[in-house]
Amino acid sequence: MEVFQLFISAIFVNNIVLAKYLGMCPYLGCYKERGVALGMGGAVVFFTIMATLCTWYIQKFLLTPFGLDYLQTIAFILVIASLVQFVEMFLKKMVPPLYAALGIFLPLITTNCAVMGVAILVQREAYDLKTSLLYAVAASAGFLLALILMAGLRERLDVCRVPKAMMGTPIALITAGLMSLAFMAFKGMIP
Amino acid sequence: MQPFLKEFTKGLWKELPPFRLVLGLCPVLAVTKSADNGLGMGAAVIFVLTLSNLIISLVRHIIPKKVRIACFIAISATLVVAVELLMQAYAYPLYQQLGIFVPLIVVNCLILGRAEAFAAKNPVPLAIADGLGMGMGFAMSLTFIGGLRELLGAGTLFGKYIMWEGFQPFAVMVEAPGAFLCLGLILCAMNAFNHWQARRKGQDAPENPMPGCESCRACSHGK
Repeated sequence: MEVFQLFISAIFVNNIVLAKYLGMCPYLGCYKERGVALGMGGAVVFFTIMATLCTWYIQKFLLTPFGLDYLQTIAFILVIASLVQFVEMFLKKMVPPLYAALGIFLPLITTNCAVMGVAILVQREAYDLKTSLLYAVAASAGFLLALILMAGLRERLDVCRVPKAMMGTPIALITAGLMSLAFMAFKGMIP
Repeated sequence: MQPFLKEFTKGLWKELPPFRLVLGLCPVLAVTKSADNGLGMGAAVIFVLTLSNLIISLVRHIIPKKVRIACFIAISATLVVAVELLMQAYAYPLYQQLGIFVPLIVVNCLILGRAEAFAAKNPVPLAIADGLGMGMGFAMSLTFIGGLRELLGAGTLFGKYIMWEGFQPFAVMVEAPGAFLCLGLILCAMNAFNHWQARRKGQDAPENPMPGCESCRACSHGK
């Protein structure tokens, strides 16, 4: 039951994009097609889970025992950056078709605050490994959901008549605001 | 002195970071529940941006081109750790208010974007001017949005109640949707102003700025 509650809360109630404002750049940025949004979202799901796993072990066995907690930020970002680099090299060598599909998203993952944000959040909440991973899965699924919903909405927005000053970012932000308002309604689901 | 001033002032209006470059939106939306928080976050960003521009400009000839992004990230991460320690020592309540967005300054595209687009190509004094100007523009914008949201959402400004008696606050402004709506409307006003200005000068209306990718150029996407 608790697991279920954590899941629902991380996907809908505390959606990482719409309630915690993480990963704004890909959310508002370049993705107007659902296929591209799915690729980016998939990459974020994969890296969030991997990064949470790696950073959890690093915090537990390296930073905390040696009293290096204050180096958390720098350690985490270096781990994420090298993780992205390794996966990029691995995919390039071993799975070229997948690399061709996802390659353009990989450099963006390092600077995506959703990946780093989840890694830091689970440390601040002091979750154990199982809960951390569950939270990572749920939070990144929430990111994927928001990204796909937004891409679908923007496909529609392209054929609408939008006032000139509103075109582009402003209308995307207003749409995001309304989506966020809609997601607030899920608050009632968690007692 | 002349080029120094030019680089400094461009960040204050002509290339105002969140509104004209549309860079680094996460903290702009997240920490602007009150003017205080916006100002605190802005100060942290000024510190990191100025020093990272300074250091990157100093070592710009030593860094190999292929690993430059990793180097920029390592430099800004070091500075962010310094900011975290300073805030824990001297401004602990603010540090708790800003939450995970202090460590997340590392992945703010404003820092990386300025490093890549400016500091890695320009001499030290200009890079410092650029960092200071951009940082102050960012801090100004955050304080402005924070003030607006605080005023409409709670009727206070920097914690003091200043609205008339019987004022009904729009509670939604201090909640998550308020941040999106507020920033969207400000950007819209900014675009309308740009269009009006261009029309008065008899030029074609400029394109509306797009977020992140086009103006950041920190990765392969922006090219």
